[in-house]
Amino acid sequence: MSAASLPQADARVSPEDFKQRSHESLHDAHLRQSFRGAMDFLVERRALQFPDLQAFNTLRKLGENVRQHALAQLPDLLERLEARLTELGVAVHWAETPADANRIFLDIARRHAATLMVKGKSMVSEEIGLNHEMAAHGVECIETDMGEYILQLDGDRPSHIIMPAIHKTKEDVAAIFHEHIDGAPLSDDVNELIAIGRRALREKFASAKIGVSGVNFMVAETGTLALVENEGNGRLCTSVPDVHVAITGLEKVVDRLEHVLPLYALLPKSATGQAVTTYLNLITGPRRAGEKDGPREMHLILLDNGRTQAYREARFRATLQCIRCGACMNHCPVYTRVGGLSYGTTYPGPIGAIISPHLMGLQSTRDLPTASSLCGACGDVCPVGIPIPDMLMKLREAGRHSVAESITPPAQALVGQGSVRRAGEVLAWRAWRVLYSHAALYRLFAWLAPRLRWLTPAWQGGWTASRAALKPAPRSLREQLARRRAGRTVPGR
Amino acid sequence: MSASPHAAGSTETRQVYLFATCVIDLFAPQAGVDVVEVLERLGVTVHFPAAQTCCGQPAYTTGFPEEARKVAAAQLDLFPEPWPVIVPSGSCGGMLKQHWPRLFADDPARRVQAESIAARTVEFTDYLVNTLGFRLDAPAASGAPLRVALHTSCSARREMGTLGCGRALLERLPGVERVEHGHEAECCGFGGTFSVKHPEISAAMAADKLDALTASGCESFVSADCGCLLNLNLSLEKRGAALRGQHIASLVRARMDGAAS
Ligand code: SF4
Repeated sequence: MSAASLPQADARVSPEDFKQRSHESLHDAHLRQSFRGAMDFLVERRALQFPDLQAFNTLRKLGENVRQHALAQLPDLLERLEARLTELGVAVHWAETPADANRIFLDIARRHAATLMVKGKSMVSEEIGLNHEMAAHGVECIETDMGEYILQLDGDRPSHIIMPAIHKTKEDVAAIFHEHIDGAPLSDDVNELIAIGRRALREKFASAKIGVSGVNFMVAETGTLALVENEGNGRLCTSVPDVHVAITGLEKVVDRLEHVLPLYALLPKSATGQAVTTYLNLITGPRRAGEKDGPREMHLILLDNGRTQAYREARFRATLQCIRCGACMNHCPVYTRVGGLSYGTTYPGPIGAIISPHLMGLQSTRDLPTASSLCGACGDVCPVGIPIPDMLMKLREAGRHSVAESITPPAQALVGQGSVRRAGEVLAWRAWRVLYSHAALYRLFAWLAPRLRWLTPAWQGGWTASRAALKPAPRSLREQLARRRAGRTVPGR
Repeated sequence: MSASPHAAGSTETRQVYLFATCVIDLFAPQAGVDVVEVLERLGVTVHFPAAQTCCGQPAYTTGFPEEARKVAAAQLDLFPEPWPVIVPSGSCGGMLKQHWPRLFADDPARRVQAESIAARTVEFTDYLVNTLGFRLDAPAASGAPLRVALHTSCSARREMGTLGCGRALLERLPGVERVEHGHEAECCGFGGTFSVKHPEISAAMAADKLDALTASGCESFVSADCGCLLNLNLSLEKRGAALRGQHIASLVRARMDGAAS
């Protein structure tokens, strides 16, 4: 299969269409049922791994501390990491934007005259649209994670950061393999399907010059890149090809090797309800003299893409504590219903709603922070204690207030700061404020509204689409209490 | 009166403030009346500061903290005595307890007031169960057997930690059997302005909650949050279904009436 023959995921997908896409997903009974089923399964599996809330909280505090400790000295750690990696013979590249990262990839591919890359699961590579960009320049970049491979064959996108193809049924997969893999029978046996996929991929490993991977944790102290996976394809990508290129967000660094321990103790349990994964790869530099395997050349690309904006603002910094476990989406009642594709972002669900505004600006992502009832389920399960509902509220505020209008002004305007401000909404809240902060005015209102309840419109926008109209009661509580109190003084009561 | 507030031998009357919430004041006053009725029957003197309006939460969660702050500030002088502030809502209670102190973080004088109120804020079921030790000891006369489901709001569960109080309260009502419903811990889809900004998602969440409540076989359901109750009851009304929910205080009062009769 050539790069040109691979269907490409729709590059035009955008969070601007969140409402339309979620509308479609909500009406797709099959999709809703399968998401609900899958999320229930993950929620249950996670619960079994954390039977004791107190023990979970202790471990989570440890994870939170490790991440906060790292973020508190981020520039310093990154410098140390770079120095250590350079000593080990790893080339470190800094990419401010997705375009920068793709250029670096292309340079490396050109230098090795490579036309094929094999790639392990990496959400950051999704973030930069690597497959698409490489294909545009004649380099085929093959996904080797089974879920991602299925999506790539189908020209689809991940709907979950851990289980990318969770929206596909085994029948879907059978049809995709049958159509795109030469000689693949139409099978509905899961094991056979996996075997078919694996066979097709093995050939690619043997011929690829470049292997691409993501990174779960980078250790500044030792220059170690930790890669957590179940399928073993990540290990192949990082050891079989001559060149290994790792790409990740610059926030993934931790100070010391021992700091990986609590994070690893939290990650698989939170993500898939596994105590441990099949593989935990600790990669420290390329093949050394005398070693029989491993890549001869190694690169690490550190992507910013808006992360420094979150870093800069104290109230948003916790966003970068994330270890991408996906627990927040598994527990999110909104994500469970609209599915990951509705978001139109690389990262869907609660984490997507709090990080995408930094990556893409507040304007195009405006519907994501509001798409939450602030129920708090995400914050409850986040293994590194990110106060996600708080972040959502702060993003709502930042979208609606320019720097000058903010009560806690940011050091520097966020991208899209104030871009969601609408005169009507501002006016409505101002009126609300005047009414509810003047007791006498409110008292008059509370006297009038019940008496004018017959004027209540039957149509109240989105509210009445699925509900009867909200109508004031015949008499307010304050009136009823006043009357009750007056009645008290009447003898006989 | 067969209700027994275990007043621990104290002879002075208990005094409390009631912060009734804007939702109850205008849209669900019966819940407020029942809260007062229940507390008074248990020997508590209830003070309702007449100038109270709203905790500010709607603006706060929508991204207008300044408007929220102004409205919250107008409440700060209303609770000067060191009495508990009873809030018949986990959601507004959470606002007072968790968010008011933060809202006034850089206003020292108001922060002191906010912190004092936060420290005294007690959700209604919590007060009944843990402060008053409420229990209805009426063997036969407490009304017909009743199967109810309990919907605990997300803030009650997470910000006020009163899930156990709601359950305990129902256990202390003879003849009342609490039935579980599917995905009980999940949000009902209200979420304040979320319900109008994303009405379809909100409606889907409410619909699932109603299906679960209906499937539980409950005769009615209760909650300590009128926001959720309005969302669910008005959705039921639109559906043309007979099932309804009520504030847990209304159920307590009804059972007390049954016990008294
Ligand atoms: S925000 Fe927390 S729960 Fe969500 S993916 Fe990141 S670490 Fe996991």
